[in-house]
Amino acid sequence: MSTYELTMPVSDEDIKKLKVGDVIFITGTIVTGRDDVHHRVVKQGKKFPVDIKGKAIFHAGPIMKQNDDGSYKVVSVGPTTSMRMESAQAEFLAKTGCKIIIGKGGMGPKTTQGCIDNVAVHTIFPGGCAVIAAEEVTKVSGVEWLDLGMPEAAWILEAEKFGPLIVSIDSEGNNLIDENKVLFAERKGPVVERIAKKLDFLE
Amino acid sequence: MDKREELTGLLSSFICHASSHLPDDVVARLKQMKEVENEGFAATIYDAMFENLKLADELKRPSCQDTGVIQFFVKVGTKFPYMDELADILKDAVLKATKEAPLRHNAVEVFDEKNTGNNTGYRIPWIDWDLVPGRDDIEVYLYMAGGGCSLPGFAKVLMPLEGYEGVVKAVFDQMTTYGVNACPPCLVGIGIAGSAEVAAKLSKKALLRPVGSHNPNPRAAMMEEEIEKGLNEIGLGPGGLRGKLSVMGVNIEQAARHPATIAVGMNTACWAHRRAGIRIGSDLSYEFFTHKGVTL
Ligand code: SF4
Repeated sequence: MSTYELTMPVSDEDIKKLKVGDVIFITGTIVTGRDDVHHRVVKQGKKFPVDIKGKAIFHAGPIMKQNDDGSYKVVSVGPTTSMRMESAQAEFLAKTGCKIIIGKGGMGPKTTQGCIDNVAVHTIFPGGCAVIAAEEVTKVSGVEWLDLGMPEAAWILEAEKFGPLIVSIDSEGNNLIDENKVLFAERKGPVVERIAKKLDFLE
Repeated sequence: MDKREELTGLLSSFICHASSHLPDDVVARLKQMKEVENEGFAATIYDAMFENLKLADELKRPSCQDTGVIQFFVKVGTKFPYMDELADILKDAVLKATKEAPLRHNAVEVFDEKNTGNNTGYRIPWIDWDLVPGRDDIEVYLYMAGGGCSLPGFAKVLMPLEGYEGVVKAVFDQMTTYGVNACPPCLVGIGIAGSAEVAAKLSKKALLRPVGSHNPNPRAAMMEEEIEKGLNEIGLGPGGLRGKLSVMGVNIEQAARHPATIAVGMNTACWAHRRAGIRIGSDLSYEFFTHKGVTL
């Protein structure tokens, strides 16, 4: 397990050295995108309006505040459940050249294959730690697709040493949360059986 | 200021405070868990959680960006003087808090598929009423139902021969899969009843009970303890990244069932369990009993 600091745009070489369980901190452009952004790009075939080649997509729906001069400030921004983007993520990576996915929880086999094919990683930011994340954003440089509403829009954020991001899917196809789920499933059987024996309340 | 405005302002401050501060019982349990989770990713994540709570307090910001769909569970005395206006007042308080906290816009009208942009919408805020005869005060519970922590929720009706065992199995299946995404350590709420909607509603009410409290029925209390212990043995850890523990606790609520059905409902509250409770008298004096010592 190693810790890296990366500056975006990142190269294939940067990504290839990352293994599941590594912790990274990233500097540069991070763009938010959740269900609707993925739907537009993948299902509706619209071009993603921001160039995120070598950069990061953040599964997050932030709370933003508009300043008097019309610019925006991040109040609170933390990761949302990545699994919701599973059906569209791989194609999204292929279409945009994005290299780092940030979210929470695991993603499935399609995204894992997408990370291999596109030399990308999925990473986990600690869930619910949205003020820490907001404080690591130095500037909001713009917003696209605001018609989707505040949480769903693509917010273009400049961040410094954004993290800790735990690598959960690497470009070789290792999947940390999947491995954990296998372990949890193994442990579950005997525990349920033991508890069940104590609960025969029916007369 | 008229009384209606005063009550709206009080409830709005109540919502704002709850968006950036967890209730006392949750903070106390998380502190205990942090002591145990002292290795690997688990330690890193617990450090981040407490740092985040500190920042949220200092900067007066919602501690999690997902401030949820706003739900109220209200016990209203039938002699409360503002009973007629209370539903409107609760809605106004949400509108006000949305601007002041500020809260994220989380009400999407079904079928129109448009975010209303102010956290109110058709039947939202969701208000659940319990009438209390003869009293002139109200008890308002607020619950911010986030997306991630609502996702593991389910209700289904089992056949009696599947027994309480079926309930346990369903809970463990859900917690070891969907539960991983719900920002664990979660509080698990379980409802057991005769039909799906009763079980579902009770599972949410179970989440309003303090962490560490027990069902007064000894069998139910035993079941809470066993499930909690069992889930902890699985070691989901914070964020599903593995650890020595899994959950903050397990609360069960029940209603008498039909002889031919055992319905189970489950809801999870994430570690950022933003539940808040306030008692408001007819003179609008209040007791913010989930967050002791706080003046609104
Ligand atoms: S599950 Fe809870 S802590 Fe996690 S993102 Fe959702 S509301 Fe926030």
